[in-house]
Amino acid sequence: MNARRGHLRVFLGMAAGVGKTFRMLLDGHSEQEAGRDVVIGLLETHRRVDTAKLAEGLPILPRRRVEYRGTMLEEMDLPGIILRAPELCLIDELAHTNAPGVEHHKRYEDVEDVLASGIDVLSTVNVQHLESLNDQVSELSGIRVRETIPDEVLGRADEIVLVDLTPEELLDRLRAGKVYPAERIDAALNNFFRIENLQALREVALRQVAEEVGHKRLVTTDAVRSRDETMSADAPQAVGERLLALVEPYPGSQRLVRRAWRSAQRLGADLDLLWIKAPSGLDDDQERSLKSLHQLASVLGTRLLVEESDDVPAAVAEVARRQGTTYILMGRSRPARGLARLRVPLPQRLMELLPGVDVRIVADRSARAKKDEP
Amino acid sequence: MSTAVLIVVGVVCLAVGLFGGYWLPPHGRRPGKDRPKPVKRILLPFTGSSISKRAFDAAVRLATAENATIVPAFLARVPRYLPIESAVPAQCSDGMVLLEAIEQKAEAQGLTVDARVGRGRSYRDALRRLLADEQFDRVIVSATDSPRIGLSGEDLEWLLERVPAEVLILRPAPDDTREISAAASVNGHF
Repeated sequence: MNARRGHLRVFLGMAAGVGKTFRMLLDGHSEQEAGRDVVIGLLETHRRVDTAKLAEGLPILPRRRVEYRGTMLEEMDLPGIILRAPELCLIDELAHTNAPGVEHHKRYEDVEDVLASGIDVLSTVNVQHLESLNDQVSELSGIRVRETIPDEVLGRADEIVLVDLTPEELLDRLRAGKVYPAERIDAALNNFFRIENLQALREVALRQVAEEVGHKRLVTTDAVRSRDETMSADAPQAVGERLLALVEPYPGSQRLVRRAWRSAQRLGADLDLLWIKAPSGLDDDQERSLKSLHQLASVLGTRLLVEESDDVPAAVAEVARRQGTTYILMGRSRPARGLARLRVPLPQRLMELLPGVDVRIVADRSARAKKDEP
Repeated sequence: MSTAVLIVVGVVCLAVGLFGGYWLPPHGRRPGKDRPKPVKRILLPFTGSSISKRAFDAAVRLATAENATIVPAFLARVPRYLPIESAVPAQCSDGMVLLEAIEQKAEAQGLTVDARVGRGRSYRDALRRLLADEQFDRVIVSATDSPRIGLSGEDLEWLLERVPAEVLILRPAPDDTREISAAASVNGHF
């Protein structure tokens, strides 16, 4: 057996029909022309004529037939691929679930065996098949995908190639019958292939690839750092931005949370909410506001952290360091009275305590609207 | 005038200055003094990315007359295959912008706003959970001609029968096309 692990390149797309398989076949041809031994281990053409035509010229290993409850099913021939031992094998649909009775339950496990045999693999997957994105994508599209792959599978890929197409182009392809046969086009247009679905899925796919690239770059940077540099990096390093919004249980905080959440969405960042609770009780209005903040945080998919302290700047700084915060958002402080006016304002204190962390004071837009009124 | 008198006058002036500085916020008026604390709460539930301008205007009129707090509530549906506590960020993308727009418009008219987000298996379920959690004095909803948007006729019937608050249902009208939409109505960058 070859000791070298094969090289895995995954073509990732937002939806069926963007051209992942097509692109995989093009790369297969290029490798073959470069003199490598290339075979197709498994190809799903979905009756697309262009795809089938492009596969011509590349040897296709026959599928094996598996009997399951009286029905003959066709699956990829894993032992056949390993026995044939090509330099490069094209294996479509990484998230596929195999019929019972073959070596593995999932195709990505077959691919692991192929890679372990020293064979390079080109494969394809759609973004909604990623386990961690499944809930998000199903909420976006209303369609839950049952065939998923753990994110680590994509994380272990040596290369991820995003096969991108604008939603408008994909819809044109769908209407032209290049994705599904004519009888399925209307149903597809009315369900999964709605422009808002595709826009959201495209964003998820783009972000996923950006995160993978960022993660790989970080791992590479870590690998070339000296031991001293590694040891001195004691602060948690954020991969991207991480936002922390300072809230209090009063209605105006909801606005701050909404603004912070929108900013986090734009940056593709995580958001934490923090309330520094003074060691005293809450009145009924505050209890109600706190409950609604918890609800808002839960609906938005973020967390409300509650810390009890008298020293607000120190407590915020401690949480920000612990969470790896890069960006703090806060509302305008209430006007100070009496001797409190002599204190250094909270934003300045935070900037002193947290060098390198941005502090943003969120404006009250309605105040501006009032001012603009004649 | 003796030195002692001057010192006493100086101390009194300092005390008055300090007391005044403590008592008054920087811009001279005590907060909340000009308006009595609102006691009534008007729920204004909505779905999707727009709200009928008539429903909003009605809420503003009533809130102004009754010195009430407007509670705009975005209703989100959680698909059955997800736990009810699931986050629904995709629906919130529009909902949060619309809440911001409503809040800005209402506050610009001097009203108090306390926004909410309701979550349920259906819009009615989300509204039911919201109403079970908090008390409201009035609920304002807009009936719609389209069965696919917002609360259905059955939902409104349920609202009238089951909700322990005054329910104001606005009939569909030609100017229902006038709406406050998420994208167009937010003042400034959001």
